[in-house]
Amino acid sequence: MAYALQQLINGVTLGMIYGLIAVGYTMVYGIIGMINFAHGDVFMIGSFLSLIAITGLSALGVTSVPLTLALTLVFAAAFAAIYGWAIERIAYRPLRGSFRLAPLISAIGMSIALQNFAQVAQGARDKNMPSMIPGGMSIFEQDGFVVQLSWMQIVIFVVTLSLLAIFTWLVTKTSLGRAMRACEQDLKMAALLGIDTNRTISLTFVIGAALAAVAGMMFLLYYGSINFYIGFNAGVKAFTAAVLGGVGSLPGAVIGGLAIGLIEAFWSGYGSVQYKDVAAFSVLIIVLIFMPSGLLGRADVEKV
Amino acid sequence: MTARVRSPLVTALRDAGISGLVALGLFAAMVGLQTNVTNTGKMELVPNFGVVGLLVAVTMVFRFALVLWRQTRGIPVISLKPSRFAGSGRLVAPLLLLAALTLPIYGGRYWIDVGILVMTYVMLGWGLNIVVGLAGLLDLGYVAFYAVGAYSYALLAQNFDLGFWTCLPLAGLLAAFWGVLLGFPVLRLRGDYLAIVTLAFGEIIRVVILNWTELTGGPNGISGIPRPTFFGLTFNVGGGPGSFADFFGLEPSITHRVAFLYYVIFGLALLTNWVSMRLRRLPLGRAWEALREDEIACRALGINVTVTKLTAFAIGAAFGGFAGAFFATRQAFISPESFTFIESAIVLAIVVLGGLGSQLGVALAAVVMIGGGELVREFNEYRMLIFGVALVVVMVTRPRGLVSGRTPSVSLGQSKLISADMTSQGHG
Repeated sequence: MAYALQQLINGVTLGMIYGLIAVGYTMVYGIIGMINFAHGDVFMIGSFLSLIAITGLSALGVTSVPLTLALTLVFAAAFAAIYGWAIERIAYRPLRGSFRLAPLISAIGMSIALQNFAQVAQGARDKNMPSMIPGGMSIFEQDGFVVQLSWMQIVIFVVTLSLLAIFTWLVTKTSLGRAMRACEQDLKMAALLGIDTNRTISLTFVIGAALAAVAGMMFLLYYGSINFYIGFNAGVKAFTAAVLGGVGSLPGAVIGGLAIGLIEAFWSGYGSVQYKDVAAFSVLIIVLIFMPSGLLGRADVEKV
Repeated sequence: MTARVRSPLVTALRDAGISGLVALGLFAAMVGLQTNVTNTGKMELVPNFGVVGLLVAVTMVFRFALVLWRQTRGIPVISLKPSRFAGSGRLVAPLLLLAALTLPIYGGRYWIDVGILVMTYVMLGWGLNIVVGLAGLLDLGYVAFYAVGAYSYALLAQNFDLGFWTCLPLAGLLAAFWGVLLGFPVLRLRGDYLAIVTLAFGEIIRVVILNWTELTGGPNGISGIPRPTFFGLTFNVGGGPGSFADFFGLEPSITHRVAFLYYVIFGLALLTNWVSMRLRRLPLGRAWEALREDEIACRALGINVTVTKLTAFAIGAAFGGFAGAFFATRQAFISPESFTFIESAIVLAIVVLGGLGSQLGVALAAVVMIGGGELVREFNEYRMLIFGVALVVVMVTRPRGLVSGRTPSVSLGQSKLISADMTSQGHG
């Protein structure tokens, strides 16, 4: 019981990170109908940017942890947003209206380029960082097994939930959000009604990249170790989360993220750690085959 | 607002300035501040701003030149015309074949090795071409069948003491079996979803190989895989009775084995080409092409979509398996590291850049990408970076591939090259 509770906490933490990345996938897929294969690598770039910011701030003599975290968050989100914008502009926009496979291939190329760019620029070795917020509280004890809720996990919950709240407000209440939803329903019609679709798509990429960068920062703080290759796995799992929740649905992305996080945590806790990726990938396959519209998505109507 | 007409120079300068700022944003932190672990285990930042300045300057000059050139020449971003190379197959193919056939005569050991590598990818490309190019099923996990073939041969050779030529068909059969196994559940999926599911399958197979240590040796892989023989004659470096050199009365040389391996993969690749060219003329091949063009129409016309898709997966996988068995015997050592997603991406890139469905295009793309990759091997750490950037650049500038056009084997009336953008609009 206590062990299961611990796995639940770990799973939810992991799920929050996946959920933040999945939001970017689901938005892009919803609007332009392509898998942004490089999104996982933006997440990786975000975690590197966070590492740079944290190291830089400590070198500058900033000792306050909350201030460091806040500045790092802004730094990583802002710079990763430029990546999101540039990726869309360079690799996807020229291919809009091209045949279906072209953007996916271009995205794969972009993903490979970003990975190796990070490897060349920042080195291939794992970067380790001591925990910034050590400790936590024990919330429950049973048969000598103490359920731990670390401060770090609380920070991740708070940051993720507040970001998602801001984002939900952005999508439901602002004119940009309205434009995004209009583009998602019908890109051509939205353009005819005077929505600057190019700008909307660009901003979608920018927001998605910023959220992925925050997820990257959480990943760095939680695991304390990153390398240039983390984007691939995290990307596939977050995509699984987006599909599981129903592509195009924002609450679905978060729920999907939580589900994947929980599946992975419980699989590692009760099954085998080596095969945890297999668990996530199997979920992806099963969901796509048996309920391709996901938990909260709309069913695709096939037009002849 | 009235449209202002700017002089091309001003537009180009303005554009260069904006790109410079974006480049500064991209590179300032990621390149300019390198994280480094000090001897005491602490993290420190190593400033590297000179490179950032260089990158920004290069970006600005490039954008400036590009915008200026585009404005003065009035060239659209994407050329929709079929490639100039589209009709030159008749001339290029025999020349390429001749060059490939005679490579071991005029090329040294190094070039034969490069040739083997290129040929392996040509074969993989042609194998994947059946699935992606002919049947139109986007497969991102092709490397899984390559791995199945390689491990089948390695395990059969180690545990049952079978030779290469016995195992080759078995490896192909096993890979085909896995192809059907993968094909069944994904029958209903199309496009991007199919791609992602095949990617997941590929990763699952790799993770299982990596962790099933008792069978596959896990991360240590399998070593000491036997080399192929030439009708029972071995290619021992030391010569001796029963060896190729001894039988023909030659000086024992390692070049013999390398050249032999080259001709083995050359033959296998030609077999792949021949089979897929023949299959295109069979009802099955016609059904593949019809499936690629329009699945719903296929159903309406009574084509058995299930069988059509499964055979495409199975035959494509079988050739992947053959190539895998060859890879194992050539390397004499295999480990899961050789079967990562990046290999699938490379093979897919070869098929796509060659122009989906074009046999010659695939071969040329493999020569350019793998051979070209070998040429820049000195810049090893930049190799994959260049590869990724090249993939994006080629897609953006020539989305129809190096050699473009897809030719359905039959069509009503005059047979003509149809570019993919036409088919997507329903004119195909």
